[in-house]
Amino acid sequence: MSFPNELKYSKDHEWVRVEGNKAVIGITSHAAEALGDVVFVELPEVDDSVTAGEAFGSVESVKAVSDVFSPVSGTVVAVNEALLDSPELINSDPYGEGWMIEVEMEDASQLEELLSASDYEAFLKEE
Amino acid sequence: MNYVPHTEQDQQAMLKSVGKNSIEELYHDIPADLKLKRDLQVSGGLSEIELRRLLKGLADKNQHLDECGSFLGAGAYDHYIPAFIDQLLLRSEFYTAYTPYQPEISQGTLQNIYEYQTMICELTGMDVSNASMYDGASALAEAAVMACEQTRRKEFVISDAVHPEYRETVQTYTESQNLTGKPVAFKDGVTDLEQVKALVNDKTAAVIVQYPNFFGNIEDLKGLAEIAHAQKALLVVAVADPVSLGILESPGALGADIVVGEGQSFGNPVSFGGPHIGFFAAREKYVRRMPGRIVGATVDSNGQRAFVLTLQAREQHIRREKATSNICSNQALNALAVNMALSAIGKQGLQEMARQCLQKAHYAFNRLTALPGVEAAFPGKPFFKEFVIKLPQDPERVNEALFKEKIIPGLPLKRFYPELGNALLVCVTELRTKAEIDLLAERLGGLK
Amino acid sequence: MPEKLIFEKSVPGRRAVVFPELDVPALDLDSLIPKELQRKEPAKLPEVSENEVVRHFTRLSQMNFGVDTGFYPLGSCTMKYNPKINEETSRLPGFARLHPYQPEDTVQGALQLMYETTVDLSEIAGMDFGTLQPAAGAHGELTGMMIIRAYHQSRGDVKRTKVIVPDSAHGTNPATAALCGFKIVEIKSMPNGEVDVEALRKAVDDETAGLMLTNPNTVGVFDPNIQEIARIVHDAGGLLYYDGANMNAIMGYARPGDMGFDVIHFNLHKTFSTPHGGGGPGACYVGVKDFLVPFLPKPVVQFDEDQNRYYLDYDRPQSIGRVKAFYGNFGVVVKTYTYLRAMGGEGLKRASGNAVLNANYLLSLLKDHYHVAFDRTCMHEFIITPKNLKDTGVRTLDIAKRLLDYGYHPPTIYFPLIVDEAMMIEPTETETKETLDSFAEAMINIAKEARENPELVTGAPRKTIVGRLDEVRAARQPNLRYTE
Repeated sequence: MSFPNELKYSKDHEWVRVEGNKAVIGITSHAAEALGDVVFVELPEVDDSVTAGEAFGSVESVKAVSDVFSPVSGTVVAVNEALLDSPELINSDPYGEGWMIEVEMEDASQLEELLSASDYEAFLKEE
Repeated sequence: MNYVPHTEQDQQAMLKSVGKNSIEELYHDIPADLKLKRDLQVSGGLSEIELRRLLKGLADKNQHLDECGSFLGAGAYDHYIPAFIDQLLLRSEFYTAYTPYQPEISQGTLQNIYEYQTMICELTGMDVSNASMYDGASALAEAAVMACEQTRRKEFVISDAVHPEYRETVQTYTESQNLTGKPVAFKDGVTDLEQVKALVNDKTAAVIVQYPNFFGNIEDLKGLAEIAHAQKALLVVAVADPVSLGILESPGALGADIVVGEGQSFGNPVSFGGPHIGFFAAREKYVRRMPGRIVGATVDSNGQRAFVLTLQAREQHIRREKATSNICSNQALNALAVNMALSAIGKQGLQEMARQCLQKAHYAFNRLTALPGVEAAFPGKPFFKEFVIKLPQDPERVNEALFKEKIIPGLPLKRFYPELGNALLVCVTELRTKAEIDLLAERLGGLK
Repeated sequence: MPEKLIFEKSVPGRRAVVFPELDVPALDLDSLIPKELQRKEPAKLPEVSENEVVRHFTRLSQMNFGVDTGFYPLGSCTMKYNPKINEETSRLPGFARLHPYQPEDTVQGALQLMYETTVDLSEIAGMDFGTLQPAAGAHGELTGMMIIRAYHQSRGDVKRTKVIVPDSAHGTNPATAALCGFKIVEIKSMPNGEVDVEALRKAVDDETAGLMLTNPNTVGVFDPNIQEIARIVHDAGGLLYYDGANMNAIMGYARPGDMGFDVIHFNLHKTFSTPHGGGGPGACYVGVKDFLVPFLPKPVVQFDEDQNRYYLDYDRPQSIGRVKAFYGNFGVVVKTYTYLRAMGGEGLKRASGNAVLNANYLLSLLKDHYHVAFDRTCMHEFIITPKNLKDTGVRTLDIAKRLLDYGYHPPTIYFPLIVDEAMMIEPTETETKETLDSFAEAMINIAKEARENPELVTGAPRKTIVGRLDEVRAARQPNLRYTE
């Protein structure tokens, strides 16, 4: 399991890659592994608004389903449509091709609440 | 009879292994003041000989459909059931099994459901079907809820020409979720499209109609679909009489989004109203919002085709309070009867069965409406195998009088539609003979 | 050998069923049904001979496992023997060939049977009256929770929007409450499987509509604090709902009504011996205390003593309405009635006592070989786990699959959720000591195999008609119907 240093992490097991005013969001390799083989991903639509701490979609495996929470508030500017046909990308490449949505942030200060890679790893050990 | 196999010695040996002196001691967790201190007042202890006698006695207090010529329909239909079906339904590997949680030893149940799902898709013109629901009425209620969830809207429009008991069921299910059903009237025996148009707006989740409707008349699904889709609402169609789909265009081809209905007509006896079988089918894009079990084909560890319950993340055992429904069973054995019946009736047979219903119903319609004082309630409207006539007398009295001659002429509609006056809903299946229809006409004509 | 689909056996023009010649003059189709409403493309149903249909379904039956095939200790499902006389009585034409809209005078026997069944089940439950309309357990839960909702609303007590559900509950409980528009408040169970009374005390308030509880609960324990639990909920103004999934443990020993429950359902296909049918049809009784009788779904079966006549009462202004068409799964109710008359009160008590004895006996045989989740006297079922086999890499799923090779249906697995790797075993009263001994022997053997040759277990099953299935593929690329 790896946790790239350039990303930020939430305690709900999402990652965020900050690109200027925009945040790309996905779930961590830890979350993907805990779920098992992902069989379906439910995503919002472009222009939907998301709120920090609230669910924007869900990820399903055969025997489990998990809501995915947005670490930041803002407006969805892109969704990864490839996941609709190839949900397995979440397992095979969680930080790359398995990204879920891109959000135009309302309040970049929300990022300060998130964890660094090493803090997230420490958090997982505690959990 | 009590089906407990233990001898006194067995019980003693088992109690010893458990370390107790009596069965009573196993119940020490039940507080003393909660223990029932008297015998249950339930009569019984009968042998099989006595049971047969008792049940035969109760059954004989009823008068069943083989003892009379019945023209009752209204959601429960007396159709031909091939002889082999009941013999195979009694294969106890089918009926004593549970839900197929262990696919390796449940391929019989699973393959049956996969075949059944295929048949329901074929009949309705839909892409996907679930493994079945309790009955047509509860399937329609779940469809109304699903349409609201899918569209994230809280209102729907439902025709008064939908079976009254289906409408009541929809009302019960949706009311508790604060969803509102707006009734739309019928005009000349079919849903009033003008009124539908006036009621449907951007808050409407679905337009709900029955096809053929409760009166046997054929709704304009195409027109209804246009109205619904113009406002991004779904067209939900209930088919209580799927035999009609041997002749009528499939709801899917006419624009329906969800098609539910009652499958009893195929292989299942009327059985005083249950168990029947609800079917539930939809367009593919809605599959993950469907309620109930779904079976899919996959492969096993040897790469062979095999069947399994799938898309389970929709369901209550995984999603709990966020599930698409609370249903956790289906009517598998009734679905088996549907599958067996449709396999035996077959592609040509279903068309022939539908043709005979249609022709016999029209023969009956023409005979009855030729009687003095009897008239068609909805003249000129195309119908399938049920139609409504208006009688010169109270139909309840007519039923009473004709029942003495072993004829049940139909269902008096006063209880559901007082505004229709002396209306009678008459149903004619392929099982009714010309002689029975002629007798009905003769006796009805002879009443004072 | 796998069996082809019935569609794959189809040959154009082949027929099984034929109909008699049409005996009325045929009219022109276009004059009856406008052309645009006629079907253009007939439904692609199979075209096969009767012999092929019969062989196909016979073969499918041989790919199934039922109670009549072998031991089926599926926890919480009460897979007891299904008496054959029930199949015979329910098929009598005087029951199976009754139309639901026949005049009441022509169905007095059917109404009497429904009435007596309702009265008897109410006696067993300790309730005042009930309905047989729901088609299954979850449907009964829905009916019951709607009654609770209607009761609070009838009193103008509209702020009661929360339903308390223990974390050990079956998934249908929270799903049902949500379907009735309630919010779910989940409370944790104690380490010994009982309801945490203090947590319950904190959870109730003036928004509590009710508590849903199974007792004996889903871990096979009768909650000894039930009276206290009832008091807490009632004092807060809530009602108690009893999920009767586990009633087979206590018939004639204790009654939910006496424990303080206000609404209850019984699964007739569990406790009352009607077959499960491969997933249905089931049937359900919902019983209520007197003050809730007005809210029962309509119609309600009644008996008019003066006229010595049974009738369906539709005039019930406070009724929740209906949960299905007609009067319930009547054909299944006939089987229940037959069972009740076979057993009688004494026989039912004997069934429960022996169900509990069988469970405790089987537990005594297994407890030295598997981890016991709650080490105490159980009711009609108990939970073990392979925690003691953890180092072998063998998991519950593997043990379940290995049991298939031994010719048994596995227990319920991975339920309840509060026990890791749960195997929930319910032997029922209709199994002999010899059957329990053989099953225990198989389980003990599997534990041994797990230590000595774990691949034997993790690679199971080997003797079944198909191997383990690719469920990921089934869910990722749904193939839900046959196409040519």
